[in-house]
Amino acid sequence: MDHKMDYDKIERNARVRQRVINIITYLFLAFWAVIVLFPFYWMILTSVKSYGAYNSEFIPKFFTLSPTLQNYGDAFTTVPLGKYLTNTVLFAVVTTAIMLAVITLAAFAFARLQFKGKNIMFVIFLSLMMIPNELVIITNFVTVTNLDMRNTFAGLILPSVMSVFYVYLLKENFEQIPDSLYYAAKVDGTSDLKYLLKVMIPISKPTLITITILKVIECWNSYVWPRLITDDENYYLVSNGIQEIRENGFGRENIPAMMAAVVVISVPLILLFLIFRKKVMEGVSRGGTKG
Amino acid sequence: MEVVLQNLTKKFPSRDRKNRGDVVAVSDFSFEIPDGELIGLLGPSGCGKSTTLNLISGLQKPTSGRIFFGEDDVTDLPPENRGIGLVFQNYALYPHLTVEQNILFPLQNLKGKDKLSKAEMLDKAYEAAKLVQIDELMERKPGQLSGGQQQRVAIARALVKMPRVLLLDEPLSNLDARLRLQTREEIRRIQRETKITTIFVTHDQEEAMSISDRIVVMKEGVVQQIGKPQDVYDDPTNLFVAKFLGTPPVNVFKGQIKDGRLYIGEDAVLDVKGLSEKEVYVGIRPEGFLLQENGPLCCKLNRVEVMGRDKSVVAENKASLNPAIRAIIGSENNINIQQGVVRFSLLPRKVFLFDKETEERIKL
Repeated sequence: MDHKMDYDKIERNARVRQRVINIITYLFLAFWAVIVLFPFYWMILTSVKSYGAYNSEFIPKFFTLSPTLQNYGDAFTTVPLGKYLTNTVLFAVVTTAIMLAVITLAAFAFARLQFKGKNIMFVIFLSLMMIPNELVIITNFVTVTNLDMRNTFAGLILPSVMSVFYVYLLKENFEQIPDSLYYAAKVDGTSDLKYLLKVMIPISKPTLITITILKVIECWNSYVWPRLITDDENYYLVSNGIQEIRENGFGRENIPAMMAAVVVISVPLILLFLIFRKKVMEGVSRGGTKG
Repeated sequence: MEVVLQNLTKKFPSRDRKNRGDVVAVSDFSFEIPDGELIGLLGPSGCGKSTTLNLISGLQKPTSGRIFFGEDDVTDLPPENRGIGLVFQNYALYPHLTVEQNILFPLQNLKGKDKLSKAEMLDKAYEAAKLVQIDELMERKPGQLSGGQQQRVAIARALVKMPRVLLLDEPLSNLDARLRLQTREEIRRIQRETKITTIFVTHDQEEAMSISDRIVVMKEGVVQQIGKPQDVYDDPTNLFVAKFLGTPPVNVFKGQIKDGRLYIGEDAVLDVKGLSEKEVYVGIRPEGFLLQENGPLCCKLNRVEVMGRDKSVVAENKASLNPAIRAIIGSENNINIQQGVVRFSLLPRKVFLFDKETEERIKL
């Protein structure tokens, strides 16, 4: 009887302890979530406050009783936001597509082919990663200006179609694919290119999707380079576009309209992430070979 | 398809900085493989058997020598144009494709006049799958198959385009013992049915002996002997081949030829008239010992192991190179062998003499 009581007590204690740990964990996570999500909330909140209401608030309020969609209209009319969005989509898609082709071929060459100076070349590539981006931007600016490509899509896109880091990432991924698959594919009658397309790329799909998403986000968010290389409205991306809203205002800048524009340009990225979230995690099982 | 190897040699540049000489993986290998035969390439690891296979498949280029498939010189053809099927030790199935897509893969790469319609491809794939009895698993991915099933898929993939030559690189070494027995019979059956010239690499002599029409025993890149398994077993050309074939292995003794007789230690065990006097190695197959109360070879008995069908007598002899001698005798043999000393007489055709210097066989 005594023993039974003991077990009950132990069990109860364990349950209580578990519950306390859970409560602390959830409190911490909730606190963290609030910190992370607050800027988003602030962005959406500001975007639905009217221009007048926003400017009359001496101390910013954490909610509004009279939400309005007026700012969204303003965002599209004060500047050609639609045009900027199309530009950005074009820029992001073309840059990412060209970059994927470039890095896949480069990674394949480094991972699979044998040629003179391969290792030295790769080390030089890697050492490029140590040069800060700000330095490269200056020389890129000179180059692109000399090529007379300011205010063109080519000038916008070309400097970012290569990424040493992604080549490195993909090369490591390719190298994990066993050699025997390459030999098997050779015997089965494939050329190098066909092997790359039909075996290596499908197997490395999770990595490629991750790279795609990261690159699209990078393109979408890029600011410094587009700002430097374009001063013609027709080639503005959304990042510069928002700046335009600020500069176009008479007197005080229209912050709620800016926030509305920010919401509009954030939504595609959030959607993209939600759609591909599972794909990224999926991963292809590495079965098929033993030993 | 007849396969002819002419003076095939493969050298690899040495990685060793001190010793710049080339490593010879395969040395001057000549052999004509008749159409439709199953050949076992046999040898310890590092003997060049896999390199030989890679040369035939085209994955490696020979340093010198030629390879012919029938009349065609394929030495300079890349592997994809040779019309071979290859089964890898680790199977090398494409992990992202289903079994069906794996088997279809070689067919989809056919070009020109060999190109098939979708329906024809599927027919062929199912035919190959039926042959290896995996037609129930076509929708699975390789990761969802057992080792034995993966191995069958690999064979089906190698067979589906009806290769001129089928090459198997240690195909059974990843299977458990029972599956290995079963699969090797299966490989034999499939080879008989398809009549494709097949070359099979293994380090397991039992495996090679049991299914090959002919075996090639290699050592350090050099072919030691080629022949039917039984012939090679009964008539090895040198000590290495004698030692490599047979379980339990051959028993080797130091011996001497004196006055027309063969001595092991003090015991004159055989008459060997006409041989010059010299020191030799004597190899005796386990089944070459006959228990006899006054037999010439005297050994110290260790123990008797009963294996049902026969008994194995484990004994010691000072002249033996192995720590223990193993003799196999019929289980009906009831001679009292409890302890102390056993005496054997020898079956002359199970006794091989080898030169002590060259280790080459001295014919009786």
